[in-house]
Amino acid sequence: MQCAGYPEDKLRSLADRLPCRETQVTTLLSLMGEPDQYSYPSIFIYGHRATGKSHVVFSVMKDLELPYTFVDCVECVSPALLFHRVLLAFFGPDAAASLPRCPSLSDFVRLYKQMSSKTPATQTRFIILDRAERTRDMDFSLLPALLRLQELVSDNVTVILLSQVVWEKFRPNTGCFEPLLFHFPDYNKADLVQILSRDHHPSYTPELYASYINILLGVFFSVCRDLRELRHLAALNFPKFCEPLEKGEAKESDIHKLWRNIEPHLQRAMQTVYLREVSSMQWKEQQMDEKETTTPRGLSAHAHIELPYYSKFLLIAAYLASFNPARTDRRFFLKSHGKIKKTNFLKKHEKTSNHLLGPKPFPLDRLLAIFYSVVDSRVAPTASIFSQIMSLVSLQLLTQIGHDDQLDAPKYKCAVSMDFILAISRTVNFDAVKYLYDFL
Amino acid sequence: MNETSSVSKGCFVFKSASRKRKRQGVDGYMGDGSDDNGKDRFRICQDLRETVQQHTEVLQDQLNKKVLDDLVQFIKKHELCNSSDVRRQGAREIPTAALMLGVNVPDHTMTFRSLCNLLQESVTPFVVSLHAKGCATVKFLIQRVLEQLMGRGMALDEEQDDETALHLNTQCSIGDLCQWYNSVKIRPHRILERSIKPEVKNNGLYWSLPIVVIFKDFEAFNLQALQDFILICSQYTQELPLIFIFGIATSPITIQHRLPHSVSSLLCIEVFHSLSCTQHLACVFDKLILTSKFPFKLSSRVIQVLIGIFLYHDFSVQSFVKGLQLSMLEHFNSQPLSVLCCKKQEALLRAKTLSQKNVERIRHLPSFMRYVETQEPQDQVLLLTSDEHVKEVCQKLLKNLHKYHKNYYPILQCLYSLTSLLPKCPMGKHIRELHVTCNEKNVWEMEEYHSAMQLLRILAKDELVAALRECAGILKSANTKKMQNVLKQVDEFVVRLEELDNLHTEDLPGDDVACSRKDIQRRTDLHYLQKSLLEKESRKTRKMSSFEILRNEVLQYIDELVREYLTPAELQPLSEVCYYSSSGVLRQRLNAAPRTSIQAALSHPFHYLQNEALKTNDGTVSSNAPDLCIIYKLHLECGRLINLYDWLEAFVTVSSATEDKEADSEEYNKPKNLKNACFIQAVSEMEFLGFVKSTKQKTDHVARLTWGGC
Ligand SMILES: Nc1ncnc2c1ncn2[C@@H]1O[C@H](COP(=O)(O)OP(=O)(O)O)[C@@H](O)[C@H]1O
Ligand SMILES: [Mg+2]
Repeated sequence: MQCAGYPEDKLRSLADRLPCRETQVTTLLSLMGEPDQYSYPSIFIYGHRATGKSHVVFSVMKDLELPYTFVDCVECVSPALLFHRVLLAFFGPDAAASLPRCPSLSDFVRLYKQMSSKTPATQTRFIILDRAERTRDMDFSLLPALLRLQELVSDNVTVILLSQVVWEKFRPNTGCFEPLLFHFPDYNKADLVQILSRDHHPSYTPELYASYINILLGVFFSVCRDLRELRHLAALNFPKFCEPLEKGEAKESDIHKLWRNIEPHLQRAMQTVYLREVSSMQWKEQQMDEKETTTPRGLSAHAHIELPYYSKFLLIAAYLASFNPARTDRRFFLKSHGKIKKTNFLKKHEKTSNHLLGPKPFPLDRLLAIFYSVVDSRVAPTASIFSQIMSLVSLQLLTQIGHDDQLDAPKYKCAVSMDFILAISRTVNFDAVKYLYDFL
Repeated sequence: MNETSSVSKGCFVFKSASRKRKRQGVDGYMGDGSDDNGKDRFRICQDLRETVQQHTEVLQDQLNKKVLDDLVQFIKKHELCNSSDVRRQGAREIPTAALMLGVNVPDHTMTFRSLCNLLQESVTPFVVSLHAKGCATVKFLIQRVLEQLMGRGMALDEEQDDETALHLNTQCSIGDLCQWYNSVKIRPHRILERSIKPEVKNNGLYWSLPIVVIFKDFEAFNLQALQDFILICSQYTQELPLIFIFGIATSPITIQHRLPHSVSSLLCIEVFHSLSCTQHLACVFDKLILTSKFPFKLSSRVIQVLIGIFLYHDFSVQSFVKGLQLSMLEHFNSQPLSVLCCKKQEALLRAKTLSQKNVERIRHLPSFMRYVETQEPQDQVLLLTSDEHVKEVCQKLLKNLHKYHKNYYPILQCLYSLTSLLPKCPMGKHIRELHVTCNEKNVWEMEEYHSAMQLLRILAKDELVAALRECAGILKSANTKKMQNVLKQVDEFVVRLEELDNLHTEDLPGDDVACSRKDIQRRTDLHYLQKSLLEKESRKTRKMSSFEILRNEVLQYIDELVREYLTPAELQPLSEVCYYSSSGVLRQRLNAAPRTSIQAALSHPFHYLQNEALKTNDGTVSSNAPDLCIIYKLHLECGRLINLYDWLEAFVTVSSATEDKEADSEEYNKPKNLKNACFIQAVSEMEFLGFVKSTKQKTDHVARLTWGGC
């Protein structure tokens, strides 16, 4: 790797630290040009999660000791924070402090210009915005301005945007300056092995670790290619892999034996730790005392919710209201629906099941009407019934449609699954299926 | 600004800010001025209320102890890992405790309060607790966190000027928090020095004091805000030892439903379960109601109302206790004789000095009248004429009442420990159900009691012995003479039962008659049971083993105990003094029905206004009633659409009905305009109350909205 203007030993160590990203580093360096040359105003780097975007750009900046500021846009809850960070990094705390309370974009540009005329850039300054897709939610003028910041402040500055989203989703419909697009491709299996094998354990040989990584990828590659996640899993399960070695039951060359030992363990990990059913801490503890075969119960093991009696019926009523067409209510809830034949109202022209379409909103009145007809005793319309509806909303079992200060005729949707409702109706001896239009 | 908490839509409760006012006007409370006991009753009530409050708090702390200790353990464990373990890994997971609290949201406040206190005492001073209400966006969320941490830090440190506070308002980021945390590191606070145990300091772990962030109502948090907050925090795991606690009301699975994998993979989640609310209620019931410690009692009806609200509406133990306190207040307020509802000695003293009015009241108590009827004729005369004699008798009866309670509860518990063994629990799964039945009627006359007794008669020996032992345990803590005698008897039974073992080992074949409980459970169908019972009857005539004889003796004895001690409280003379029984009032107070009361107010204005002029025969409305009531009455007779002009005409006719009689009154001369104005105002009030609304179908009509009306 050779690039004019940068010390060669640093480039070499950089290439060493960033395996499988040589082409990207070279391209990036050639885009940047020599330090004192002006660079392209804005570069947009995109690629999937954990393809090393942040890592590569950050390493390049840091190792080559360029003037840069690295801002994660999730943190910038307001543009003010972004401006603050940039000024702080380039011109020190005084400049940052002179920003007004709620700085506008032009405040920032003015201040930047003012400061940079005092201390003009000797090298290209870099502003790196990680998770740049968040800038779209801020001020609509922010992104176009950042893309041509070089021109606005007439300083040697380049903005690098990093994102998992493609540029087409960014482009404002009013048009803007087009940045240079630059893709980071996914790592393939060989790349992953190469990268992961590098953090081998000091007390074991690198070869052993590499074979461990191979086994790990054999299990996980089909479900997960996220480098960060894989690294986490590798570190988590390595002690188990080494167990036979520690006990002297196997030698490092007995790869097959080691494989037989670790493979079922990894399979189990895929169903538990990987899905965060069991926390990594619990997983580790469980490995320690292997005699205890009882795995801690995962998160989804406790799906059951205890509810007060009327809340259960309210929820059932909400479910029925969400998934039955309103015109069928007469059939289900009128005590003597008499002559209305099944075929009359079964207009099956809407062939699709309501359950496929998802829950539909319903007004409060309909909910209460259904509630009073399904609950088996006479219930007075007391304040607690209404507050129960509100608590179901705050527990996210119902969702309120529209703004929540709409007092007049509020609408709701049921937000629980069929299984949940069936489980609940079983506890109150109510046959919910009989009342569902889809299952007639 | 006042915090508003919504009970239902559009209905807000403003809690009074000052509690001092209450103390000032003590004299004015409870009863009219003529009654000199008002003050006393208020004091007794207040004392009782506070004791109940303290008891519940202590109880809750005890019940939560385990889960809270587990949480502290969890935090300490991660604290250790954090300081010793691998820091090399790029992004450490944030330790997260998912605390399952159940849907009884009102009870959570107390749990969180004790959790905060515990953490601050034993783990770290940096505890932040967040409510979803104030954290609609990440910005506010971070602001809340910084306020609570740095605000506290600044308050501790006097030297610091409020420049930081200004800074805080303009921009807050977790970066600032890092700086602050590092600065606290370098310059330890005095408070910290004091609160942290010295051995921790010496270990050099002093500065990895974690920052605990509690999300009190996880479900209610804005998703985006929460996700962003977690993402941001995960960037600072190196510098800030953060630990999250999610207070979850539903089930842990909501974490996965609400957070995408990319976010939940940043957390290291462990689940903690707190005690379920039904268990909690059972404990509260044991400690506050099934005890002779408190003189104040609830009648079975009232208990049913309170339990009903709990089971059907809110699952909240807090509101159960509030209901108990409210019934106390009602009782002491409405029953002047409640002045006798206190500790035994005090009550006896008061009985000696009863006022004449109160003596008269005692004579009118139904339970006392029943008592009088059972007395000798000359006694009856005395009771009706001599106040002094009534006072004497009253003391005796009070003593009896206290004794009754002291014996009632142990026997109740014994009976429960026996019947809860039986399959399908014929007398109820919970002791509260048994209590309610015993309090309502003579339990020994009930069908369920008989079937329970029959089932007990086929209990196997080891089970019977175990149950009796349990009873003995219960009786040991009861310290009346009678209970001690019962205890002796029970102990004797146990001994005799055990001796049987040694004497008649060869008799054992007879033992298969007594099918074990498991056996019963396997074949619980009634038919089978009846058959086996019959079989046994027939066998009994043939030959009874000595065990069977003894078992019958034991059950005979238990039956006697039940008949003697578990009599309904109502039958006890003077029970009205201690028992609160207005279940209807309580239901109305606790389970308000706004619609019903609006309707009552509008159709029967006398109900609330208590003005004689408004009294009418059923169904009609007086012309003196407020305009709104007349309008309401008229609108009930209309269809879905109401013609405004017709309505006005009807209104004018009704409201001037009286004026026809007294034609010269000034009412009559009221200009027509005034009537129109009254009408318009009343209609707009109707609209405001939600009975009608204007419609676009016909301009001179309004639509009826009444519930179920259209
Ligand atoms: N080529 C590489 N060599 C070594 N580590 C890498 C490489 N690419 C990525 N990583 C590691 O993977 C993790 C995720 O990379 P990151 O740059 O944050 O991904 P992205 O920003 O694309 O989502 C980082 O912790 C980084 O150390
Ligand atoms: Mg990144």
